[in-house]
Amino acid sequence: METEFTPWLSLGGGMMIGASAVLLMATNGRIAGISGLTSRIFARSTDGEARGVSALFVLGLLMAAPIWMLVSGDWPQQWVPSSPALMAVAGLLVGFGATYGNGCTSGHGVCGISRGSMRSIVATLTFMAAAFVTVFVTRHLIGG
Amino acid sequence: MKQIFALLSGLVFGLGLIVSGMADPAKVLNFLDVFGTWDPSLAFVMGGAIAVTAPGFALLTRRRSRPFFDSQFRIPTRTDLDPRLLTGAVLFGIGWGLGGFCPGPALTALPIATTGALIFVPFMLGGMWLARHTPDLSLPIRKGAPQ
Repeated sequence: METEFTPWLSLGGGMMIGASAVLLMATNGRIAGISGLTSRIFARSTDGEARGVSALFVLGLLMAAPIWMLVSGDWPQQWVPSSPALMAVAGLLVGFGATYGNGCTSGHGVCGISRGSMRSIVATLTFMAAAFVTVFVTRHLIGG
Repeated sequence: MKQIFALLSGLVFGLGLIVSGMADPAKVLNFLDVFGTWDPSLAFVMGGAIAVTAPGFALLTRRRSRPFFDSQFRIPTRTDLDPRLLTGAVLFGIGWGLGGFCPGPALTALPIATTGALIFVPFMLGGMWLARHTPDLSLPIRKGAPQ
């Protein structure tokens, strides 16, 4: 399925993501890493204050699409793979991998690279490569 | 005050994901499909984000010794490349390539209640729980890096 190339919207949306990361760092002193914030809500080792801040950030994320709906009258356009088995495996790998490797697209890919962290640069190149290979295999070797 | 800004940050992040197209797995999977229906848009998402975050972080940490409503900047200090980092990144990348969701977009898309997101998110949370309870198998070859 083709999708439209949207350089300006993507750039603008990306800058909003960047602004959010700077805002969270400026006010709370925390990295806007979604996997870290999410897993910290449930981790027993988290102190109450960190848990609260993490939960509120995630609540903000959850509110974005409903607010978009109220303002524009439509849910954001999307197509989501619907195979339950595929999405279960994908979810498990994403959750496990992000927490095991200390970060995901936001924590390593945006915040880490912005700090010039070698760990994050290596992690980002690694998960991008793994994702490119995965899509090549599923779309061109198996599904092609 | 910090709580209000945490909520606001999350909201802006989510809206950014929607505006940029990153909350749509179709766009993510097409970004990753260089030899097929390639859509390079997501390179602009990452570029736009880093273009704001890199100077923003640098300015903040240079001008201030602490955040506005908290006592300290909590910035990771580790520099070692451990097997855990790489194993996690590979597994994460495979999952991202299969479902087209990473954690932020999956949570943002959850209220839209597609079957895919409703299945993905609980399994993602389960995966996070598992990772936190998996003993570090690479411990013997690591030299005292703090967890």
